[in-house]
Amino acid sequence: MSNEQYILLVVGMGIVSFIPRWIPLFYLSKKELPKPVVEWLELIPVAILSALLFPALLVDPHTKEFVLISPQTAAFIPCFIIAWFTRSLGITLVAGMFFFWAGTKFM
Amino acid sequence: MSISAETLKNSNSSYLSQGFKAVWPICIGYIPLGIAMGVLGQKAMLTPLQVLAMSLMVFAGSGQFIAVSMISAGAFIPSIIATVFMINLRHLLMSSSLCVYMKKVSPVKLTLLSYGIVDETFAVNIEKLKKGNWGPRRAIAVNFFAYFSWALSTFTGCYFGEFIPEGSFGIDYALTAMFICLLIFQLNGSIYFITAVISGIVAVFLAMTLEGNSYIVISSIIAASIGVIIKKRKNYNEQ
Repeated sequence: MSNEQYILLVVGMGIVSFIPRWIPLFYLSKKELPKPVVEWLELIPVAILSALLFPALLVDPHTKEFVLISPQTAAFIPCFIIAWFTRSLGITLVAGMFFFWAGTKFM
Repeated sequence: MSISAETLKNSNSSYLSQGFKAVWPICIGYIPLGIAMGVLGQKAMLTPLQVLAMSLMVFAGSGQFIAVSMISAGAFIPSIIATVFMINLRHLLMSSSLCVYMKKVSPVKLTLLSYGIVDETFAVNIEKLKKGNWGPRRAIAVNFFAYFSWALSTFTGCYFGEFIPEGSFGIDYALTAMFICLLIFQLNGSIYFITAVISGIVAVFLAMTLEGNSYIVISSIIAASIGVIIKKRKNYNEQ
């Protein structure tokens, strides 16, 4: 790929990445949304986080198989408990990395 | 809190430092991910500057990973762009969800804020916005700290990639650990819990059957819709 082609590619990628981020925030924030829509939007964050987290824990990205016992799921339990009680992103991060590291060592 | 009051109360340095306090774990989580992305870029014959340019223009982890693997495979430019578009469609939902908290914010701030919406910055900002005492300036600070951490990590990865051992110190789990904590922050009542369970089950099922990452958008829409219906019923029964 030539440098000119690469620039074209990156600019194109930039535009299609920016538009979905920009349009709702730019246009919807000026409008009063109906109550059911607001309620729906309030449930979107929890739904997205759950949809990001559980497949990452339970589905092998290469084989697409369900995997219940792995260093990922073993680290999940202590990590969840620590996050629940500390409510700290930093502590959870460090603890999660430690348990996962230990999990890969011993599993 | 209104925007003008926020501006009066806080100097630039205080919203930057508050933003940093909220976002530093994400910045750390981006280091291994960005380095991995940079190494892939190097393997796809990209220069560190080309990788940096992509990170600065696109700022999307999974989108960039797939773009680079498509470049290595010799894919056509339009098909790479179309794939990146599909992968980043979930940001449409996040941007819609943020707009509830961004009434009467200037177009420039809205544009700056939208530029840095990714899974992680969205989750941190929405949690802070829900609690209150969080405004567009802090949210933009969060986004841009994450943005620069990502861009620099990918550049470094492409530059020094060969010398960094894979999977050091469990750092591959950094983002997962953060998602666990961010999900807990969102569990503010039974309806949120139910929505999370539905979304998790649907997402796992779809991730096993569908190609790519479309399962994120589909399961989020399904779960949030069911959540709203359940909430309606509950309110109706209580009346």
